[in-house]
Amino acid sequence: MTEHYTVLILLMPLFGALVTTLLGRERQNACWLTALICMATSSLFAIGNIGRILASGSGELRYRMGGWQESRGYEVGIELRVDMLAALVVAMVVLVGFVNMIFSKTRVAGEMKDKVSFFYTLKQLLIVGLCGIVMTNDAFNLYVLIEITSLTSYALIAMGNRRAALSSFNYVIMGTIGASFYLLGVGYLYIKTGTLNIDDISLRMQHQYGEPSLMIAFALIMLGIWIKMAFFPLHGWLPNAYSYAPSMVGSFMAPLMTKVMVYVMLRVMLWLFEGEYVYSGRLVWGELIVWMAIIAIVAGSFLALACTDIKKMLTYLIVAEVGYMVGGAWLADGAGITGSMYHILSDAAMTFCLFLAASIVILRTGDHRLTAFTGLFRRMPLTMTGFTIGALSMVGLPPTCGFFSKWYLISGGIDVGHWSYVAALLFSSLVNAVIFFRIIERAYLGKLEEVGNESLPLDADGGPPMTLDRVPYSMLLSLLIASGSVLLVGIYNETLVGWLKAAIPSL
Amino acid sequence: MIEESFLPLITWMVSLLAVPAILLLRRNPNARETSTFVAAFAKLGLVAAMVPMVLDGRVLRFSFGEILPGIPLEFRVDGLGILFALVASSLWILTTLYAVGYMRGLKEHDQTRFFACFAVSISATIGVAFAGNLFTLYLFYEMLSLSTYPLVTHHGDKEARSGGRTYLSHLLGTSVAFVLPAMIYCWVRSGGDMSFTDGGFLAGKIGAGDGLIVLLAFTLGFAKSGLMPFHSWLPNAMVAPTPVSALLHAVAVVKVGVFCVIRVFTGVFGTDFLGELDVATTVSWIAAFTVITSSLIALSQDNLKRRLAFSTIGQLGYIILGVSLLSPLGVTGSILHIAMHAFGKITLFFCAGAIYVAMHKKYVSELVGIGRKMPITMTAFAIGSLSVIGLPVTGGLVSKWYLVMGTAESGQIALLVVFLISSILNACYFLPIVYRAFLCRPEESLYDGDRQEAPLACLVPLCITAALSVFSFFNPNLFLKLAGLITGVQY
Repeated sequence: MTEHYTVLILLMPLFGALVTTLLGRERQNACWLTALICMATSSLFAIGNIGRILASGSGELRYRMGGWQESRGYEVGIELRVDMLAALVVAMVVLVGFVNMIFSKTRVAGEMKDKVSFFYTLKQLLIVGLCGIVMTNDAFNLYVLIEITSLTSYALIAMGNRRAALSSFNYVIMGTIGASFYLLGVGYLYIKTGTLNIDDISLRMQHQYGEPSLMIAFALIMLGIWIKMAFFPLHGWLPNAYSYAPSMVGSFMAPLMTKVMVYVMLRVMLWLFEGEYVYSGRLVWGELIVWMAIIAIVAGSFLALACTDIKKMLTYLIVAEVGYMVGGAWLADGAGITGSMYHILSDAAMTFCLFLAASIVILRTGDHRLTAFTGLFRRMPLTMTGFTIGALSMVGLPPTCGFFSKWYLISGGIDVGHWSYVAALLFSSLVNAVIFFRIIERAYLGKLEEVGNESLPLDADGGPPMTLDRVPYSMLLSLLIASGSVLLVGIYNETLVGWLKAAIPSL
Repeated sequence: MIEESFLPLITWMVSLLAVPAILLLRRNPNARETSTFVAAFAKLGLVAAMVPMVLDGRVLRFSFGEILPGIPLEFRVDGLGILFALVASSLWILTTLYAVGYMRGLKEHDQTRFFACFAVSISATIGVAFAGNLFTLYLFYEMLSLSTYPLVTHHGDKEARSGGRTYLSHLLGTSVAFVLPAMIYCWVRSGGDMSFTDGGFLAGKIGAGDGLIVLLAFTLGFAKSGLMPFHSWLPNAMVAPTPVSALLHAVAVVKVGVFCVIRVFTGVFGTDFLGELDVATTVSWIAAFTVITSSLIALSQDNLKRRLAFSTIGQLGYIILGVSLLSPLGVTGSILHIAMHAFGKITLFFCAGAIYVAMHKKYVSELVGIGRKMPITMTAFAIGSLSVIGLPVTGGLVSKWYLVMGTAESGQIALLVVFLISSILNACYFLPIVYRAFLCRPEESLYDGDRQEAPLACLVPLCITAALSVFSFFNPNLFLKLAGLITGVQY
């Protein structure tokens, strides 16, 4: 049984998607419960999977879909390959999915109207896609799974408010271009090697690394992935898409989509191609990418600083965080790569936490501007506590996970002596400090009279200070778990980084 | 001799445990304040219990887990740490008593939040005092910045907001921009070791150029030490209620800043290694500049608390100047000055608060003749002033003596002159206040009528701290012994 854990992570939501479609729009609670149970079991399998990897000597698990045996030395069928990095990312995906499902309980009916069952179906399919991307060991299969996640997310985003449709359309255009670039690159690789299995491609490419066609393949694949992960200046689709999407979609996609694509980038750089090739200096633009990452960090921070809309601001911060990870990965240094990997997890935790808190605040105040936070510490102490933990992590204060990812990334920068990257990280921390303490100060000391009451419809409590937040328990619970994970990922960083280090192929 | 023990952990945690009690008892102020007192006395008792062990030459250590590769959360109690903890925890009791009188006297709002944040701040302070490695130090340093923010902005008005903004932006900004990269640099260069050791864990692992940059990043980055140009948070933080200014901005927070700098000098680099690198003179001159400039600014301040704040900046400059001399006597003087200045300055702040509670006056120009109205308070004020100036019969003289000896020992005569000029300036901005409070002509006096002191809860603490200032002149042995554990100076 245990050897099937890997595939069961995928199958549970797939099965759940089928059931929720059949249940139909009449039985909303049943849909929710099915999805929740599927995500819960999937999470258990994902955690079990981590345990199996720890127990296995090789540090990786392989699973042949359909039991196709290899023939004449290479894979015929689709293979799943899970190492520690993949196992952690997959666990992150399903756990965020699970917690987000708790969050969705009371919101779906309000935001989705008559599309409730479609929502659950699409969302579970999206999770299937993301898990598949992380675990598959087949370059073409990866493309298919990217398309699955893209198509489902276009639909999910379009379910949002009236500006969502246009944002989703932008995303369709950009996403399709990105996916096409990736497919083209894979096409080149297939021509050169005659196989699609990542390990086999890698093995057969080894004596061809000098060839320009491989460089073109690599460039195309990277370009495709960068569009998908919103690497500045290819980020144009992201802010609108995530901020106009329904709250439970935005708070799910924002922490996961870009991070999974960063994972794909690392996979392509270190496993499909080899670190030796990528960092060898054969690619003259290696150094250039770090500089682009620096620009991404600085630009993302500035754009976020200029925002007055809380969700927009958070999405621009994602753009900056993507810069962190791309920069770390391209530093050509063990600590940088580890930092990049760890930041996948830690950024997911803090983005999730902040998006949930922001969604709750928007729901409660009916206002998506930063002014909505005025005086909120008294009216919504729990939500604001969760928000503050996420904010401190973004600023990078211990013991939150944001501090530790900065620690590893900066030590990577110091290792190779790339001081401008270090400076960019520090700059972004300072800008984040300004951004978030501006909000926290407003929430803590702001007086409602200053902003005018008409924008705060739910403010008529007049009750004593420190009453509860007056939002559904399911939402507070999910926020509590998310903010707890920010701290846990931080405190256990040493363990996580130890595991991740073991997964990196030697440079 | 290093010894594993839970005492440091318990000492650190006692005040944190008081927080839930304070929050639960919010409807009953007396019970709430009792829980603070219980925690404060327990804390002082625990610290006092550790003093003899430390004097025996034992180092108490408690480490937990491995937070970063090779770096646990580590408490380590040595002479310097216990001295600071002793000062902070004993003054916490007095400040609590004072705060009860002050906050109730002025009928302040949100007292529960106030006392809860205060307890957290003290925990963070003790955490810094006992920190056994750079990471632990940084952790509690940041915890202190955040937990004091609600205290600084307690009044919640416009002034408090802008003061709070300056406060956080200076303290967090510098620590993230300077200390964090310097710390990671140390981690990379030292090969993953960050525990403070007597000779410094960075000794021999870094060149002079890098050494200077790292040293400056640390000394300027720990902006709680009030070194110019990152000093302006301190005068702005005076919008806080006076008990906060007294304990935190004369003792805990600012002393945490200089404490961190001393740790960097002694535990990270090691004074011998810094002497080899020959980079500490830069810090000396920054400190000397701070000392003189802040004293000059203090002369022109009419707001009493702001004048005290600028005086504090100057006195903190003394401490950094002393340690940057790298001579055993200078470092001893710095360590002593942590304690001596604490007693003197907290007395002055208590007096300023008492004047505000009793008379609602906060400007120096309004204090003419107040000596007749509040003789006890103003006598204490006079003693505190003497201590800060460094005149007998107060403890300030003892530490200043060592500091001046330090300049002589290291042959820095120019810096000796700095000390002398600064002492004269100190006298210039304190003594006129005392003089005009007592010795003005009756027609100049702004006050008439009977004596009218602040409530007893305010009056008793300031008498005790004034007495401590005098006592530490006659009997500074304990502090000298504890400082000697670090510097090796026998008295």
